[in-house]
Amino acid sequence: MKKKNSNFIQDVKTDWKRNKSLYFIIIPVILFYILFMYKPMYGALIAFQDYSPAKGMGGSNWVGFKHFIKFFNSPYFFRLIRNTIVLSLYSLIFCFPAPIILALLLNEVKNKKFKSVTQTMTYLPHFISMVVAVGIIQEFCLNDGLINDIVVMFGGERSAILQNPKLYRMIYIVSDIWQQIGWGSIMYLAALAGVDQQLYEAASIDGAGKWKQILNVTIPGIMPTVIIMLILRIGSLMSMGYEKTILLYNPTTYETADIISSYVYRVGLLEQSWSYSTAIGLLNSIINCALLVFANKMSKRVTENSLW
Amino acid sequence: MGKNKETAMPARRVRISRGEQIFYVINYIVMAAVGLICLYPMWYVLVASFSDPNKMMMHTGGLLKPLGFSTSAYEKVFANPNIISGYRNVLFILIVGVILCLIMTSLGAYVLSRKNLLWKKPLMLFIMFTMFFSGGMIPFYLNLKSFNLTNSLWGLIIPFMITTYNMIILRTSFESIPESLIEAAQIDGASHMKILTSIVLPLSKAALAVQVLYYGVEKWNAWFWASSIIRDRDKLPLQVILREILLSSTANMQAGGGGDTEAIGRTIRYATIMVATVPILMIYPLIQKYFTKGVMIGAVKE
Repeated sequence: MKKKNSNFIQDVKTDWKRNKSLYFIIIPVILFYILFMYKPMYGALIAFQDYSPAKGMGGSNWVGFKHFIKFFNSPYFFRLIRNTIVLSLYSLIFCFPAPIILALLLNEVKNKKFKSVTQTMTYLPHFISMVVAVGIIQEFCLNDGLINDIVVMFGGERSAILQNPKLYRMIYIVSDIWQQIGWGSIMYLAALAGVDQQLYEAASIDGAGKWKQILNVTIPGIMPTVIIMLILRIGSLMSMGYEKTILLYNPTTYETADIISSYVYRVGLLEQSWSYSTAIGLLNSIINCALLVFANKMSKRVTENSLW
Repeated sequence: MGKNKETAMPARRVRISRGEQIFYVINYIVMAAVGLICLYPMWYVLVASFSDPNKMMMHTGGLLKPLGFSTSAYEKVFANPNIISGYRNVLFILIVGVILCLIMTSLGAYVLSRKNLLWKKPLMLFIMFTMFFSGGMIPFYLNLKSFNLTNSLWGLIIPFMITTYNMIILRTSFESIPESLIEAAQIDGASHMKILTSIVLPLSKAALAVQVLYYGVEKWNAWFWASSIIRDRDKLPLQVILREILLSSTANMQAGGGGDTEAIGRTIRYATIMVATVPILMIYPLIQKYFTKGVMIGAVKE
C-alpha cells in the first residue's frame, strides 16, 4: 500500500514536470467553470433557506425541506408535473424520430444537387431565433392569420388558436419539428455516411432488396447514434425548454402550457421568491440527473451503447 | 460523401424493381415537399414585408409573391432608434463574445486533447458533470448579481464563454491531428501555446468554422438573459427589442386597433422579423463548405 502511494506521488511529480505548461493553459477554463457553473450549484443551497438578498446566504435562516413540502402541497404541483411529462413524451414520440426518418429518406436520394438543396432548405428554420419563430407562429395563428384562412377554406370556423389550451401542445410540437427536423438530421446523415458500403454490396449479392438492405444494414448502422441521442433525450425529459414556453403561452393556456421551468421563471425572476423557485428548480435537476443515469444503465444492459 | 458513388453502382447493375421505382419517385416528391414546407413560413414573411400594407390587410390565404410593392415598412423599422441601438448592442455581443468563446474553448479543447495527462480524467469529469447538472436559473441569476454583471453587456458575454458541448466537439477534432506533428514541434522546443496557435488551430479551420457558427447563432439569437438582467433600454440587444415590437403590436391587433395603423403595423412586424433574421442567415452559406466536414468529425466519433 505504501509503495503504491509513493508511486502515485512520483507520478504526480513527473506529470507536473512534463505538463506544467498545459495545466497553466487550462487555468482560465477551470476558473470559468468554478465561477459560473459550480458556484451557482453551491448557491442552489438557498433552496434550504429563507433567502433574502439583504441578509445574503450567510445571514439567512436554514429551513430544511420547507420549500419542497410547500411545492408538493401547492395546487399547481399536479398540473406542472403532468404538463411537463406530457409535453416531453409528445416531444419524444414525435420530435425525436422525425430527423431520423428524414435522414433515412434523404439517404435514398441519389441526385446530389437535389439532396443538398433540400438539406439547406430544411436547415433554415434552425437559424431563426425563438423570438422570431414564436412571432411567426403568433402571426399565423391570429384570427385573420394564415392558419385560420386555411381552416375556413376547408369549411371550418375562425377561432383564437393560441387561446385554446387544447391546441397548445400540438402547436408547440409541430413548430418544434419544423425548426429542428433538418438540423437534427445532420448527425444521422453523418452516421449514415459512415456505414460500411461493402455491407450493402454483400447484401445485394445475397439477393436482399432495397427494403431488406435498409432493415438489415442501414438501421443497425445508425443504431449507436440513435441510442446515444435517445439517452441524452431521456436525460432532459423533465427540462423542456422554458424559452419557447415563456414566449408562446399566455394565462388562458396555462392549463396545458405551464411547465416546471416556466413556473420557476415566474415565481423566481418575476415574483422573486428566490428560495421557493430554487427548490423547484433543484428538484427538477435532480430528477433529470437520475433519469439520465437510469437511461444510460438500461442502454448499457440492453444494447451495449452508453454515454460513459 | 464520395462513397455515394459506390452505392449507386451496384444499384444500377441490379435491375430496379417496379416497387423500388415507385418508392424513389414518391421519395423525391416527399423530400421536395418537406423542403418547401420548411422554407415557406420565412418566404411568407419576406413577401408580406414588401407588400402594400392596405392590400395585405384585405388579403386572406397564402402568398407566393408580394401584393403590390412597398418599402414603407422597412423605412419605419430603420427610423426606430431602438432598432439601431439593438443592432449596435447585438453586434458588440456577437463580435466580442465569439472571440472570447473561441479563445476559451480552444484552450480547454487543446489541453483535453493531449495524451499522457495524469489529471485528464478528473478534468473531463469536472467539465462533463456540468452538462448534466446545474444550479438552475435563480442561483445563476444571483451569481451574476454577485459579480455586478447585471445591467451590463458583459453579463451576456462572460458567463457564456464556454459551451461544454462545443468544447467536446472541438477537442474531438483536435485529437485527429497527427501526434507526430506535435511531438516534432516539441522536440524543436516549441511551447504548448506556440503549438496551439501555429499548428493545431491552422489545421482545424473546418472545426473552428463550426464553432463560429454555433456560438455566433447562439449570441445573435439570445434574448432570455438579456431580457432578465438588462434594465437600461439603450443596452438591450436586437432580439429583446424585436420581442417588444411583436408583443405590443399583437396586443394592439387583439384589441382591434383598426384602420391604417393596424395595416402598417402588420407589415412592420414582418419587416422587423426580416431585419432581425437575415444577417444570421447570411453567415451560414459563408461557412457551409467547412461545415459538413467540421460537424462530421465531431459527430461520427462521439
